[in-house]
Amino acid sequence: MTATLEIAPPQSPASVAVRLTDVHKSYGHGPRAVTALEGVDLRVGLGEFVCLLGASGCGKTTLLNLVAGLDSPSSGQVVTHTARPAVMFQEAALLPWLTAARNVELPLRLARVPRDRRRAKASELLELVRLAEVGDKRPHELSGGMRQRVALARALASTLGATDDGEPGLLLMDEPFAALDAITRDVLQAELLRIWRATGTAVLFVTHDVREAVRLGQRVVLLSSRPGRVVREWSVDGLRGADELAAVEEINARLREVISTHASA
Amino acid sequence: MPRPDVVDEPALPGQRDPGLATVEAGLDALDAPAPAVQGRRGWRRVLAAALPPLLALVAFVAVWQALWASALWPEYKLPAPVAVWDVVWEAVRDGQAVGILWTSVHRAVIGFLVAVVVATPFGMLLARVRPVRAAIGPLVTGLQSLPSVAWVPAAVLWFGINDAAIYFVVLLGAVPSITNGLVAGIEQIPPILPRVGAALGAGRWDSARHILLPAALPGYLAGLKQGWAFSWRSLMAAELIAVSPQLGLGLGAFLQNGQALSDMPQVIAAILLILLVGVGVELLAFRPVERRVLRARGLGGLV
Repeated sequence: MTATLEIAPPQSPASVAVRLTDVHKSYGHGPRAVTALEGVDLRVGLGEFVCLLGASGCGKTTLLNLVAGLDSPSSGQVVTHTARPAVMFQEAALLPWLTAARNVELPLRLARVPRDRRRAKASELLELVRLAEVGDKRPHELSGGMRQRVALARALASTLGATDDGEPGLLLMDEPFAALDAITRDVLQAELLRIWRATGTAVLFVTHDVREAVRLGQRVVLLSSRPGRVVREWSVDGLRGADELAAVEEINARLREVISTHASA
Repeated sequence: MPRPDVVDEPALPGQRDPGLATVEAGLDALDAPAPAVQGRRGWRRVLAAALPPLLALVAFVAVWQALWASALWPEYKLPAPVAVWDVVWEAVRDGQAVGILWTSVHRAVIGFLVAVVVATPFGMLLARVRPVRAAIGPLVTGLQSLPSVAWVPAAVLWFGINDAAIYFVVLLGAVPSITNGLVAGIEQIPPILPRVGAALGAGRWDSARHILLPAALPGYLAGLKQGWAFSWRSLMAAELIAVSPQLGLGLGAFLQNGQALSDMPQVIAAILLILLVGVGVELLAFRPVERRVLRARGLGGLV
């Protein structure tokens, strides 16, 4: 057996960034209704890095939309104790007519932050993602990895920048590295960890890559598909070498099991 | 919320690669798209752009001159280029040309600007509100293919032969084009952009102002360009049909007078001036704006 724990250590309510309690979400009505999430309980601590793992149809995107406040649950509760959650998508989705710096500034502009402060904040965040020199470039002049870093800076601006009182942030990431090549993905994973440590933002990271989940997360939560339910979670904080490999093996095996149940259905 | 206690702690020794910054910089240098090659600069660029149309113009006049010299048609049907030039030059010298151009161009510009003010909110409404779209979308598209000259008789009967009638015709010509351009521009926005806007906290108004309108700008500009062309030709149609001393002498009336006097050089001169204004506005006003907008988005490399 590996060093993984089935249940993470309990945390006091004060240190919770997001809590989902018995969340259901279905789309449509009557017999044609589709249940995306069924009784999901999930908690992300302040500054915690949690990876949501699941195959297609596990309602990952639905869950992120609920936490982001872009959608509301059919029943159950979603409570956040952080600043506005920021969302990062698989595509960088930068606005092509704005420079990198203006893209980072946009959420601050929407939050009515005065110009001087948002300029300063944007350049600080570009510095953080090591893109200080390309602030006046447009998205089409940047590589895919650079665009995704600008998107990360913009997401950080969205969750951290609008408030001055150091309200804790929350970053929701929907397979943000899935469209990148392997080398860039590897570098960006390391970058994300560095930035996560530097900012102390809580991260809820959706992926279908077990290795990525184990490498990045402190906790990995496995969701079943159609409808999405929490199957199990593992604490994978600080696992290295053989332990990390064993955790990947174990989670992979469980994931395959979950997927297999759909073969007969 | 920085957590200094964690920042410096090498919690994951394998991944805290001291070379991460360097690796990343290398990757950026390799992956970033090469900057666009700068074309020729200064007068050589101007020459390269101006020479082909100039040569075409010279060839056109040469053919015209040759046809005239061959005397296949009587003079009153095909005048010499020089005769047309004399009419233009005469009008320029006695100041009449400025008056004629001013009368028409200022009408077209005012009509166009009013059309923009009307069509922009109308286009937003049509693009974003489904019932409005279902109800009058086809009508607007249909109006675009209706020649605005068809409105002249109605305008004259409603308003009399005056400026109101002319502006009415110009508006009905330009508004559908601009509206349709904006609708098309909004339809072509990648759906991820409004989603990003919502995720970043943009409300309905902010989303229109910061996301939808700028994203729709290329389509909107195309609509504006077409709207200008439609204003200009609607105006010419209106001026040509509704001729009255109290409307002043515009290009359309100048053309009409040429016909009434069987003065072929004046007719051709008027047509050339109408064409000149159309091409001039396209080249001086719309082309540079369009080029800048497309360049900024990494589009239209061939323009």
